[in-house]
Amino acid sequence: MISKPPFDDNIKAEVMKMILTNIETVPGMNIVAQYGLVTGSTVRAKNAIKDFGAGLKNMVGGELKSYTELLTEARKEAIARMQEQAVKMGANAVVNVRLATSSVTVGAAEVYAYGTAVKVEPKG
Amino acid sequence: MSDIILLLIVLGVTFITGSIIEKKHFENIKKREIALIKKPIVNFGAKTWHTNKKIKKIELVTGECVISGDYFKNFVASLKNFFGGRLTTFESVLDRGRREAVLRMREKARGANFIINARIESVMINDTYGQESVPQCAIIAYGTAITYE
Repeated sequence: MISKPPFDDNIKAEVMKMILTNIETVPGMNIVAQYGLVTGSTVRAKNAIKDFGAGLKNMVGGELKSYTELLTEARKEAIARMQEQAVKMGANAVVNVRLATSSVTVGAAEVYAYGTAVKVEPKG
Repeated sequence: MSDIILLLIVLGVTFITGSIIEKKHFENIKKREIALIKKPIVNFGAKTWHTNKKIKKIELVTGECVISGDYFKNFVASLKNFFGGRLTTFESVLDRGRREAVLRMREKARGANFIINARIESVMINDTYGQESVPQCAIIAYGTAITYE
């Protein structure tokens, strides 16, 4: 089952402390345990009015601000879901995070985040 | 006849507005790139990056941008597509989008010493086989920002 991002307070506090990197280690820390791959994905769309506005903006070109916003929300949600999964496994960091995007249909964006959940401890 | 006139008007208007928007955007991008010129950003580091310095903060930074071409660019590109060769009108659109996404990522990492393992991910979000398909490209740039103590 997919849960929505404001999670309960326990998980939220853990998520806030979590370290994310897209390199294979956490510099300055030792990886003491690993829990395998965690993933999070989301497909989001804007309402029809904003789609219409973007269609007009298409004529003159430039950045489509409402879609950029959509992408930002989608990215946040995908990462949050991935973090939630990692917290439930008992991890306190996710390393080697990758973000991937795909187009599902016109006006909708899928963002997919995946990484390896690990437990890290400060060196020394 | 009226159709052709309408098409010419639309092409003319979108040519003017499109080039004004593009020029402004490029000026803006250049200004911000110059401001960030001393902040290094590299796309290696996943396997080979080492430092002896103490690290204060590590964080994943991202930047997003959705960019679209205009009607005029699309029209020119569809003509050019027939003969082949470089579609310069689309090149500039994608270039703007990527640079904007990378800049947003770097601006989020203002306090950091540098960004390693930067990656750029992009996808076309419209139906490219339909009629009147103006390209819309969604771009996500991400990397790990490192701050020394």
